[in-house]
Amino acid sequence: MESSKTDVLIIGAGPVGLFAVFELGLFDMKCRLIDILDRPGGQCAELYPEKPIYDIPAWPSISAQGLVDKLMEQIAPFKPEFSFNRMVSGLEKLEDGTFRVTTDEDEVIEAKVVVIAAGGGSFQPKRPPIPDIEAYEGSSVFYSVRRMEEFRGHDLVIVGGGDSALDWTLNLQPVAKSVTLVHRRPEFRAAPDSVNKMYAMQEMKQLDFQVGQVTGLKGSDGQLSSATIKGPDGDVEIPCTRMLPFFGLTMKLGPIADWGLNLHENLIPVDTEKFETSVPGIFAVGDINWYPGKLKLILSGFHEVALMAQAAKKIVSPGERIVFQYTTSSSSLQKKLGVAD
Amino acid sequence: MTKLSFVAFDGTRFEVEAENGSTVMENAIRNAVPGIEAECGGACACATCHVYVDETWTDIVGEPEAMEEDMLDFAYDVRPNSRLSCQIKVRDELDGLVVQVPERQG
Repeated sequence: MESSKTDVLIIGAGPVGLFAVFELGLFDMKCRLIDILDRPGGQCAELYPEKPIYDIPAWPSISAQGLVDKLMEQIAPFKPEFSFNRMVSGLEKLEDGTFRVTTDEDEVIEAKVVVIAAGGGSFQPKRPPIPDIEAYEGSSVFYSVRRMEEFRGHDLVIVGGGDSALDWTLNLQPVAKSVTLVHRRPEFRAAPDSVNKMYAMQEMKQLDFQVGQVTGLKGSDGQLSSATIKGPDGDVEIPCTRMLPFFGLTMKLGPIADWGLNLHENLIPVDTEKFETSVPGIFAVGDINWYPGKLKLILSGFHEVALMAQAAKKIVSPGERIVFQYTTSSSSLQKKLGVAD
Repeated sequence: MTKLSFVAFDGTRFEVEAENGSTVMENAIRNAVPGIEAECGGACACATCHVYVDETWTDIVGEPEAMEEDMLDFAYDVRPNSRLSCQIKVRDELDGLVVQVPERQG
C-alpha cells in the first residue's frame, strides 16, 4: 500500500487543478494531484487536445494541449506530485482535522486540505446502449481486461472499432474459445496494422468479424449465453458468454457523490469568497462547483483557485499572517518561482 | 435566417430560425430541444448531439467526414442518415431542414 502526506490534495489534473498548484505554491503549500487519466490535462488532453481555445486571456488562440503544456511549465517550480490512473474512493476526517483519502488502487493520501477540481467528473468507460446490459456487468460483461484468464474457453464478443477493441481481439484470440468482433462499419479507428492482422485472422477462420450493432442479450443470472447483432442483412444471433464493449469514455461524479457534501444536480455548491464546500477544509473549483452566476469557463476556474488558495493557507498554516503580493514585484514570490536575481 | 425543424422522439416538433454559420446543435441547445445533450460543447468529441437527417434532406446535408464517422461509433442506434448535429453548419440550402432526435444519446 502506497501512502503519502501533502498539504493539499487536488482531485483532478485538468487546467484548473493544475493552476491551483501555482496559486497554492505561492503560499508555500505542497500539492499532490490525483487523476483517473494517465497524464495531466483532463478534458483538454482527453477530449479535444488539438482544438483551439480563444478565451484564455492574452492567448488569442491556444490549443487545449498547448494550454496544458504551458500550465505544466508554469507550475514546475512548485514540484507538484502526481498520482495518475487513480480514482479517489474514500474520504475520512481524522481527529486532528487531516483528511485521509483512499483510492481505487489502495493508495492512501493524507492532506490538510482537499480541493475537488474534477471537472465533469472522472472518465469512466461508457456503457453501450444495449438493453439489460447492466444485469451482466461484472459477471459476463467487462469494460476492461484485468486478467486474460477471465476469458479462457469463452465465446467472446468484442464490440467497438478503436485500438482497445482491435488489440484485445488479437490478444484474446488464442485464449478464448471463439472471438467475434462486432463493429457498425468495416472502417476502423485503430492502427492499420492491427486491422490488417484481424482481417488476416478472419481469412484463416481464427476469428469472426461482423458488421453491425449489438441490439440484445440473452442469458440468466448474470451469465450471458448469446448476443443478437443487427447487421446489414438482418439479425443474427451468436453464442456469447463473455462480452467486452469498448465505447469510449464518459464522465461521472463517482465516489465523491458519497462524501456527504451537499450537491446541486451533481455539482458541488460553494461560497464565492473561498469556494469551500459544505464541509470545512474541502474546496471545489472549476466546472464541478456551483454558485449563483457560475460559468463553466477555464477562466472562471483560474479566478476561483486564487481565492481558494487564501482560505486554504489559513487551514494549512493557522495563525500565520497572509500578505498579498504581486509576482511582478515581490522578491519572495520570485524566489519561489526560481526567477529571483 | 434559415428555418430548421427538430422532431423530438415523442413527435413534438420544434421550428426554429437559425443563423447561417451556426451549427444545428447550437440551435437545438438555444431552443431547448429535448434529447440533444452536446456534452462536449461541439468539439466532435462525444456523440451526444446525434440526429437523423430526414431522408429527403440527406443528399443536401451531405455525408459525415471521417472524424465525425469515428465519433458516431459511440452513438446509439446509428443509421445511414445519422449525423452529429454539431458538425452540420446552417446555410441557405438547408432552409426547411428536418432532423429527428433519436430515442436517446448513447
